[in-house]
Amino acid sequence: MSILINKDTKLVVQGITGRDGGFHAQKMLDYGTNVVAGVSPGKGGQEVLGVPIFDTVEQAVKATGANASVIFVPAPFAADAILEASYAGAELVICITEHVPVQDMIKVTPILKKNGTKLIGPNCPGLITPEESLIGILPSMIFKKGNIGLISRSGTLTYEVVNMLTHEGLGQTTCVGIGGDPVAGLYFIDLLEMYENDPETDAVVLIGEIGGDAEEQAATFIKEKMTKPVVAFIAGQTAPPGKRMGHAGAIISSGSGTAEEKIKAFYSAGVPVAKEPSEIPGSIKEKLGL
Amino acid sequence: MKIHEYQARNLFRKYGIPVPDDVLCYTVKDVEDNIKDDGKLKVVKAQVHVGGRGKAGGVKLAKTKAEAVEKAGQILGMDIKGLTVEKVLVADAVDIEKEFYVGLINDRNVKAVTLMASAEGGVEIEEVAKTNPEKIIKLSIDPLAGMMDFQARAVALQLFGDIKQARQAAAIIQKLYKLYVETDASLAEINPLVLTPEKEVWAIDGKMNFDDNALYRQKEVIEMREVTEDEQKEIDANENGLSYIKLDGNIGCMVNGAGLAMATMDMIKLYGGEPANFLDIGGSSNPEKVVEAMNILLSDKNVTAVMINIFGGITRCDDVARGLITALDQIKTDIPVVVRLSGTNAKEGLEILESTGLPTVSTMSEAAQKAIELSK
Repeated sequence: MSILINKDTKLVVQGITGRDGGFHAQKMLDYGTNVVAGVSPGKGGQEVLGVPIFDTVEQAVKATGANASVIFVPAPFAADAILEASYAGAELVICITEHVPVQDMIKVTPILKKNGTKLIGPNCPGLITPEESLIGILPSMIFKKGNIGLISRSGTLTYEVVNMLTHEGLGQTTCVGIGGDPVAGLYFIDLLEMYENDPETDAVVLIGEIGGDAEEQAATFIKEKMTKPVVAFIAGQTAPPGKRMGHAGAIISSGSGTAEEKIKAFYSAGVPVAKEPSEIPGSIKEKLGL
Repeated sequence: MKIHEYQARNLFRKYGIPVPDDVLCYTVKDVEDNIKDDGKLKVVKAQVHVGGRGKAGGVKLAKTKAEAVEKAGQILGMDIKGLTVEKVLVADAVDIEKEFYVGLINDRNVKAVTLMASAEGGVEIEEVAKTNPEKIIKLSIDPLAGMMDFQARAVALQLFGDIKQARQAAAIIQKLYKLYVETDASLAEINPLVLTPEKEVWAIDGKMNFDDNALYRQKEVIEMREVTEDEQKEIDANENGLSYIKLDGNIGCMVNGAGLAMATMDMIKLYGGEPANFLDIGGSSNPEKVVEAMNILLSDKNVTAVMINIFGGITRCDDVARGLITALDQIKTDIPVVVRLSGTNAKEGLEILESTGLPTVSTMSEAAQKAIELSK
């Protein structure tokens, strides 16, 4: 078991004929992800990387039975691409594109809810169930199958931590990069609940950062609803207030969203917070009695 | 992106929100030349991108034109939280019977625009939120239906308690929402929204921020951008695909990825150093980008050591190493540089860098400690 994706996930790549879309579609194929179709309006009927191309997601889904879509289209068109996938019946949509306007995401949200579509991102690295399926831009070689779940608002920081976990013999069930935007799809609580219900996940690593209060909400959820151990790390303890730290959502505004508040919330929920990423594997081992 | 109060007032006027007349002045002479001696009470307000202007002495009342000139002279050139006041707004003051707060934000939790309103106007809403959260009315707006008339009216009625006044306020709330959505704002506040003794409703101060991601489709908004020197550096960096924020420390850092860049700053602090900046070079090993990043780092005269922290994922460390060699060849600096490479092809990358004699390490902690040591 795993969460969200596995070897049976059939993936459409929206924007497969673009530079990034093509590059990462190849990487996903190399990993063994079941990439069944590509979408690029005007290029339907062609074949790219051995994958059939369709003009619309609807055609792709009808012809291939695809149930997930990954989006690499430019920001001004990303919201429309998300909606196209949703109306075509994709159960899971992963939006890698960054710089998507917040108002676009606000408009998309109620429609996804109505259609029952799960969204990851935008501005995210995607997700991976090691040895089964990789969707997005994650570097596959650092991951290893195992029993640890991981959720993160950051890309490279995730790779840093996963590399350490794998090095310490701690493989992963599914790792999800939820992205750095203020208004995004699935978030900490949604995923914590999935890990709690996944029989193969024994512990979860949560990587948060400054901005918003999703970490505080996660802390409450862990305290009240979770039986599995969680270990956290929060980036941005030295970030100045009022400045966006790279990610659109990473900002301390009007004194709220600080690392300090988040760390405090985790401590009060009994969740250990690593002072530096290298402490995470040890902390997990301790929790699992290894 | 932030704008000044005078710019927010202009947008309010454009959308039909009642705002008292005002004149923007850059010098005392501007005030002398442009303000009418009409016997009306004026308010002279510093135009700077920080809150708390009033407390800092940046907002003063003037009964006569002579007084307005005098007060403008006091405020112009003043330092408010590190920013120099370069212009003042001289506005007609209105008599105030009661002050209210009305604001719109992008609410992360409900994933919608949320209207916040309070009868506790004129003070910072964050203060009210902390001390009396029950005094803030919150309403999340359905993005597909928009703000409905009855919703705006109901909130206004809760504030004003009188349907005639509430109708005036509801119209203002509707216009503010329209302005917010049409300009891709991320914050729009009227604080205070006031009721005069004549029972008229006016917006007498405004604040607006905009979503940087949407600026590509907001030409009018971009034209309002006014930036400080540090902000200009950040914008230039952005145009080169880099994300840079200057801080006060002395250890420059260059990192791939925003989360890792924040964690790097934290690590420097953890080991007793002070980071000089946040700098995310993104997922690229392009030597030109590395040169650009080094130039930005070294233009900060406080920097006494540089820590380069790269985790190779799709980006290969050997490519990054080649980029670094090209970059350092072009720049030639005496400032010590510590390089940490890990992840994909890290071994090859470190071998490439061996010939340069640069100190190389394989973990973040080592890199931070080494950079701190060399910075002294």
